[in-house]
Amino acid sequence: MMIRARLASLALALAAACGPTAHAASGWHLLNMTPGVTEMSRTIYELHMLIFWVCVAIAVLVFGVMIYSLVKFRKSKGAVADVTLVHNTQVELVWTVIPVAILVAMAVPAARTLVAIEDTSKTELTIKVTGFQWGWEYDYLDDGVTYFSHLDHASNAARQLDSTIDPNTVDNYLLNVDHPLVVPVGTKVRLLITGADVIHSWWVPAFGVKKDAIPGFVNEAWFKVDTDKPGLYRGQCAELCGRDHGFMPIVVDVRTKADYETWVKAEAAAQKQAAAPADAAAPAAPSAP
Amino acid sequence: MADHALDAAHDHDSHDHKPHGWRRWVYATNHKDIGTMYLVFACTMFFIGGAMAMVIRLELFKPGMQFVDPQLFNSMTTMHALVMIFGAVMPAWTGLANWMIPMQVGAPDMALPRLNNFSFWILPFAFTLLLSSLFVPGGAPAGGWTMYPPLVLQNGASFPMLIFSIHMMGASSILGAINVVVTIMNMRAPGMTLLRMPLFVWTWLITAYLLIAVMPVLAGAVTMLLTDHFFGTTFFTAAGGGDPVMFQHIFWFFGHPEVYILILPAFGIVSEVIPTFSRKPLFGYEAMVYAVASIAFLSFIVWAHHMFTVGMPLAAQLFFMLSTMLIAIPTGVKVFNWTATMWKGSLSFEPPMLFALAFLFLFTIGGFSGLMLAIVPADYQYQDTYFVVAHFHYVLVPGAVFGIMAGVYYWLPKWTGHMYNVRLANWHFWLSTIFVNVLFFPQHFLGLAGMPRRIPDYAVQFTDWNMVSSIGAFGFGLSQLLFPLLIWQCVRSGAKVGNRAWEGAHGLEWELPSPPPYHSWTEAPSDALIARGASH
Amino acid sequence: MANPQVPDGNQYYIPHDSPWPIRGSVALFAIMLGAIAYLNDWVGGWSFIPGAVLLAFMFFGWFGVVIGESRHNTYNMQVDRSFRMGMMWFIFSEVMFFAAFFGALFYARVLSVPWLGGEGVKVFTNFVLWPHFETSWPTNGPAHVGGIDGVFRTIPAIGIPMLNTAILLTSGLTITIAHHALRAGNRGKLALFLALTFLLGFTFVGFQAHEYGEAYRELGLRLSTGIYGSTFFMLTGFHGLHVTIGAIMLTVIWLRVLRGDFTPKRHFAFEAVAWYWHFVDVVWLGLFIFVYWL
Ligand code: HEA
Ligand code: HEA
Ligand code: CUA
Ligand SMILES: [Cu+2]
Repeated sequence: MMIRARLASLALALAAACGPTAHAASGWHLLNMTPGVTEMSRTIYELHMLIFWVCVAIAVLVFGVMIYSLVKFRKSKGAVADVTLVHNTQVELVWTVIPVAILVAMAVPAARTLVAIEDTSKTELTIKVTGFQWGWEYDYLDDGVTYFSHLDHASNAARQLDSTIDPNTVDNYLLNVDHPLVVPVGTKVRLLITGADVIHSWWVPAFGVKKDAIPGFVNEAWFKVDTDKPGLYRGQCAELCGRDHGFMPIVVDVRTKADYETWVKAEAAAQKQAAAPADAAAPAAPSAP
Repeated sequence: MADHALDAAHDHDSHDHKPHGWRRWVYATNHKDIGTMYLVFACTMFFIGGAMAMVIRLELFKPGMQFVDPQLFNSMTTMHALVMIFGAVMPAWTGLANWMIPMQVGAPDMALPRLNNFSFWILPFAFTLLLSSLFVPGGAPAGGWTMYPPLVLQNGASFPMLIFSIHMMGASSILGAINVVVTIMNMRAPGMTLLRMPLFVWTWLITAYLLIAVMPVLAGAVTMLLTDHFFGTTFFTAAGGGDPVMFQHIFWFFGHPEVYILILPAFGIVSEVIPTFSRKPLFGYEAMVYAVASIAFLSFIVWAHHMFTVGMPLAAQLFFMLSTMLIAIPTGVKVFNWTATMWKGSLSFEPPMLFALAFLFLFTIGGFSGLMLAIVPADYQYQDTYFVVAHFHYVLVPGAVFGIMAGVYYWLPKWTGHMYNVRLANWHFWLSTIFVNVLFFPQHFLGLAGMPRRIPDYAVQFTDWNMVSSIGAFGFGLSQLLFPLLIWQCVRSGAKVGNRAWEGAHGLEWELPSPPPYHSWTEAPSDALIARGASH
Repeated sequence: MANPQVPDGNQYYIPHDSPWPIRGSVALFAIMLGAIAYLNDWVGGWSFIPGAVLLAFMFFGWFGVVIGESRHNTYNMQVDRSFRMGMMWFIFSEVMFFAAFFGALFYARVLSVPWLGGEGVKVFTNFVLWPHFETSWPTNGPAHVGGIDGVFRTIPAIGIPMLNTAILLTSGLTITIAHHALRAGNRGKLALFLALTFLLGFTFVGFQAHEYGEAYRELGLRLSTGIYGSTFFMLTGFHGLHVTIGAIMLTVIWLRVLRGDFTPKRHFAFEAVAWYWHFVDVVWLGLFIFVYWL
């Protein structure tokens, strides 16, 4: 068991080193969290690695002593029990106090990070996110843009019980949507997250954001993507929400500020136009990103 | 029915008098018979719950939906957990308590034998209800074992079946726990002082208190679900001033102590097995008792660590993070004391010891991942992923279940008077231990790489580790078939054993013959016997 | 061993096989099946009734056996202690059951309702979803759920609830007097005060029923009247149920007193019911303070 545990930690360490560079159809290299593309997600990643290594260190120590005992004090090797060894206040004190110290050492950075995460001040863009069975609605409160986001058609066809489509042939199987959320880089984006029917949870690992969408309540979350990291980032609903919980992904299309501005203006205009003549109640679909 | 009581008067030869036929079981008041029924029931449920897990692992073997509809998948996840927790692990602990506590404290039987029968016989009916919900229109409950509203309210005909079966399970556990508390507090032989009690008795005493305190809270929570669904209350609806998250608080106020209910008796068993096979008294006996008590106390103030992503105020998140982390201290004390017990011992590796050792290593790994989950910012990334699934299976399967296995392998010779096939038991151990890691270790990777839990299908990059996990699952599941086989053989045809089946075993149960008489200690054991047993 | 005719102080009485518990389990099962069938609009809801009858039969039968054994002096003091401890922990479990509902009440009053009104961390909840809602208590929520056209009034603490408080407190006193009388061997006084106690209990239930009728018909205060109605009726309802059960148990004990049961030293059943009655009393005080008064 010991060897397995060591090997596993070694593998995890290796994975951390490889990071997201490895890119293949195979998933063997997927062993660890990724640092993500926001300052917060990186801080979380570092915290994760810190507590991970602390646990590994304690494991090596504790398992080391256990294995030593298993090898050394075997009856078959003639070991005789020292039945007087039943209590030792000093040792017991040590192994109570040292863990306390370790825990404090972990709690301090954790608390600091948490305080930073909860700081929702000075946000520059506010988007209301509503989870429903089964998809997401995005509402740009300041710009009059609103639309729905569902699992894309290709994945949806392939995921049916009787489908003959091989998921491996589908682009980003189960992680693709028809209309992604579009946001600018380098901007502190505030999400106001709520649920329309049951609880969902909006999660994009690369941003280090996961927040439940509770019907009747609004939760806040925020992220600020590094200026040099525009791109597509994917996540999934992270709270069981019924039959198709596994099929309500999230895709965030992070663009440069200029691109975003163009998009949002065009989108707002298009939605206004679509709404005006028909006086349609339902928000129109956005143009393809 | 007073005549029944009078009947008893005529049994002068009461030592070995057993009622015969079906009455012995259905009307049972004997702690051993009831214990046996609990254990058989638990084993059956373990296989049923395990079969459901096999459906889960089969569907997750590769991406794409192959076998089950997503709704049925969710039902499998939900029912798997409910059956394993309430049907397999808890009844197994109660079965062991029934068998062992009277023998270990020097009592003739449990304190309230008829109540004991009631506690048991509620269970088969409760699970008949729960399991038959698989066949009603709309299918079995599919909202997760945590039953969060509003989702759980979307279940169809199975919804009231779920609620009422939980009420029955709750009633059974509460009555069973009351019996344990009363037996321990009132039935100890003179001379069996509290601090002479074996740790299995201690851990069960504390577990029983936890049960009495939290099972009614679960009953209250599901009652609110019922009235929200059928009678228009709005406990969990914002429009009426309630809050879906309120359910989560009440549920986890039960749920977190519940996970310690599942593990504390395992701590007890490990604390008996390791000294026996180290031929050395338990290191730090009193510290062990206090550690269990601290864990139990802390378990009441950490519940919201299951809810870090619901949007709690900062202060609450900090509080629950810190209180949760604190549990590592008393748990660490236990791990260190077990290690120190082996230190300078004279170790041998019979099957109970093997399971206890696997427990020691693998439970600790599960504890470490638990500690990682307690760190709020990191939990934002772990929450509701397979990392959590890996965490709790490490503490539940090689934790609680291996604890049960260790207990059964330890006491089976006592119960039957026969030794089991040790070779087969070793096979069972090694296959279980290897496969359980193949099964659950890769789930850490999956979770960290971003695979959510409770999904019937996944993105293709998760394929490889899911395949490994599924292979581990099939291997682990098949290996479990050895267990009932081995027990059957042992009951039928094992070699006879003496009072003390294990050379290094201490405790009153080893002073009784194997198998023990129908009523365990009709004469209270002498102080000398107690002292010999209590040489921790 | 245990010979009912010849009590042996050194032997803990272990009953032999008993048919009662399994009947109880079957009864519970039938009751649950009936309730499920009823709620699901299935046929078979009637199985509730035989279930309930069987359960009542079980209680009479089971307790009848125990009473018979007790009268034959089958139980030594240790058995008596087991019964006492069992009852205490059972009452503790009941306390925890009520704690769940009190927890819901406090949660609503301290957290969810203020949040919906925009206080604390959930400003946007109010701003985005419930802009017209202001925190208040009592409330049936931002959507004015239930009531008469969304409106309801509450029952003032001064009035029947106050009277009921006095009734229950008095009954706590009368049962204590009855207990002292029992210990002193004064059976006439015992019977009298015990009767007073359960009469007070039933009076309480009567007032409560009257109050419920008024709440439903006139005040718009119903189980479905938002969170106030939910917490109000679940708390007072479960309490009322417990008072009813307690009063029935007191009546049974009274009948047993008339039959000549119990001695000044041995009267476990009496004490168990008395404890239960005190527990019901204490829960009521909590209700009076947190539901009616504050
Ligand atoms: C037997 C059951 C059991 C046990 C014992 C534990 C033990 C612990 N659990 Fe676990 N847990 C579950 C069963 C259990 N858990 C289940 C079922 C769930 C999921 C429920 C669901 O959502 O469905 C869950 C989920 C869960 C979560 C929520 C995760 C999420 O959903 O986001 C958290 C978060 O804090 C957590 C934490 C812990 C901690 C800190 C411990 C601690 O008790 C662990 C303590 C042990 C150690 C730390 C190791 C030994 C100690 C040392 C060697 C000393 C030195 C160590 C240090 C100083 C670090 N658990
Ligand atoms: C004590 C509790 C307990 C136990 C023992 C187990 C045991 C197992 N669990 Fe379970 N599990 C939970 C408690 C437990 N689990 C909980 C609380 C959840 C969360 C539910 C939720 O999200 O609501 C969960 C969820 C859960 C999931 C996640 C599901 C999801 O998120 O959708 C998975 C997936 O792999 C899983 C797998 C397994 C496996 C393979 C076993 C194995 O150890 C089982 C092994 C046993 C057998 C297999 C039975 C014996 C053998 C046979 C019947 C012979 C036939 C065998 C073959 C055909 C191979 N469990
Ligand atoms: Cu939406 Cu899960
Ligand atoms: Cu927990």
